[in-house]
Amino acid sequence: MEVFVAALADLADRERRVIEVHGVEIGVFRLGDTVVAYRNRCPHQGGPVCQGRLMPKVEEPLAADGSALGLRFSEDVVHLVCPWHGYEFVLSSGEHPGAPDLRLRRYRTELRDGQVYVHV
Amino acid sequence: MAASPEGVREIWPREITSETDTREQLRLEAAHRRRRGYDDLFIVDLDAHHFETESWNDLVEFIEDPILRHTALSYKRRPDSRLPPVLLHTNGGQFSQSAAGRIPHSSLSPGEAVDDPTVHRDVVPLRRSMDAMGIARMVIFPNALLQLGTHPDPNVEVNLAFAYMRLLTERILPGDPRLKTMAFLPFCDPTACERMVQTYADHPDVIGFMITSVRKHPVHHNAYMRLYGMLQEIGKPLAFHAGIDTQSGMMLQLDRFVSMHAVSFALSNMIHMTNWVMHGMGERFPRLNLVWIEAGLAYLPFLMQRLDNEYLMRQSEAPLLKRLPSSYIRDMYHCAQPMERTNMKLLEATFEAIDGENKVLFSSDWPHWDFDAPSVIMDLPFLSEQGKRNILGETARRLFRL
Ligand code: FES
Repeated sequence: MEVFVAALADLADRERRVIEVHGVEIGVFRLGDTVVAYRNRCPHQGGPVCQGRLMPKVEEPLAADGSALGLRFSEDVVHLVCPWHGYEFVLSSGEHPGAPDLRLRRYRTELRDGQVYVHV
Repeated sequence: MAASPEGVREIWPREITSETDTREQLRLEAAHRRRRGYDDLFIVDLDAHHFETESWNDLVEFIEDPILRHTALSYKRRPDSRLPPVLLHTNGGQFSQSAAGRIPHSSLSPGEAVDDPTVHRDVVPLRRSMDAMGIARMVIFPNALLQLGTHPDPNVEVNLAFAYMRLLTERILPGDPRLKTMAFLPFCDPTACERMVQTYADHPDVIGFMITSVRKHPVHHNAYMRLYGMLQEIGKPLAFHAGIDTQSGMMLQLDRFVSMHAVSFALSNMIHMTNWVMHGMGERFPRLNLVWIEAGLAYLPFLMQRLDNEYLMRQSEAPLLKRLPSSYIRDMYHCAQPMERTNMKLLEATFEAIDGENKVLFSSDWPHWDFDAPSVIMDLPFLSEQGKRNILGETARRLFRL
């Protein structure tokens, strides 16, 4: 089933809509020129992951000798953080960065004539 | 969204913040319970929290000591202040419960709107959390006050413990019959603890007594024997509530909240459990029921094996024991939260080791960042149906006579 979500122009970068389609909740996010959609159910305890904060990934760069150079925000990787307990998922892939087997259920999205659709 | 086709609707809020209504934050837990057909369960939550520092101005009025009351009043908190109130002893350096705002319900200053002027402000979000999680009885504890055990001035713990109990029993607990507490024992002062027991022994909403685990007072000291005797006599359980320790000894090396938290909560309970067992307190007070709160379960099989192994080689140092140390730990009750369940086989073995179907108790720890909803128990694949009902409420109903 194809469901209309929004006009792309109405979604700013990193803006979202969370919709319920016949009982299934889905979060649809604009990320640059693409759109991704995930089930609003966290693989941890079933929390409303798609209603969580978007945060830049935190990185810890190392020097050549292995010394830690401190923490910094990534300039391009965005994380979706589940509001129940803080599990983080890479917004573009739906994977937990430290446990890639833990992933959000993904839905196919389509951009057609400036409109965003999700296939449920 | 433009006009929606049938069966499609938008969910609000798009993003959950610290201002979001508790019912909305926990909406999916309520749906899960209904789907699983568990609406009829008698669920007892043995550990939830309210933000007593938000009611600081009410609390300080109850301080008995005139000098301390004057000190507290002279720094009376402005409504918009975000500074920790004077007299508190919160851990410096690491207090990021909400993971720097990633987990909004764990924010220290929740901004949720409340709509019932007939009850204390804190009752409203607690009531909403009970409704959403289907909880029939909820035991509430404070937040920042849990760190008073290491305050350099014992008079502060004693006075704040009594003031807090008055705030709870006179202003907050009367707001909803489901709300209960275990009285805060100012453990730095054995005589004050006895007075606390005398004061609240018969209070219907005080179902037990609680010691905050982060402190420097060994539980087997002779000064506490009268206290344990009194508790055994009145038949109300004694609980140990684990906590944050960023400051003592080797803990100072743990510089990330996640590391400190993972170790500190387990360690603070393990110290007291070890002393309780090895000094034969289970033989001295066999009818006093012990409840261990907020350290999860994974530390238990470790400690049981470790103590058994070493006890068998050095029995002369623990002559009061008539059984293996692990057997005394099996006699105790253990709140599961935060229940470690990344390895189901280990968790199942843990339940077997501690007689989990009869000795594990549900606790949510809501609204803290590592809370467990009742569904974590409902979804455990290795428990019997009766075991789930026991853990979620029936065992607590018997133990606390609810
Ligand atoms: S339910 Fe998402 S982090 Fe726990």
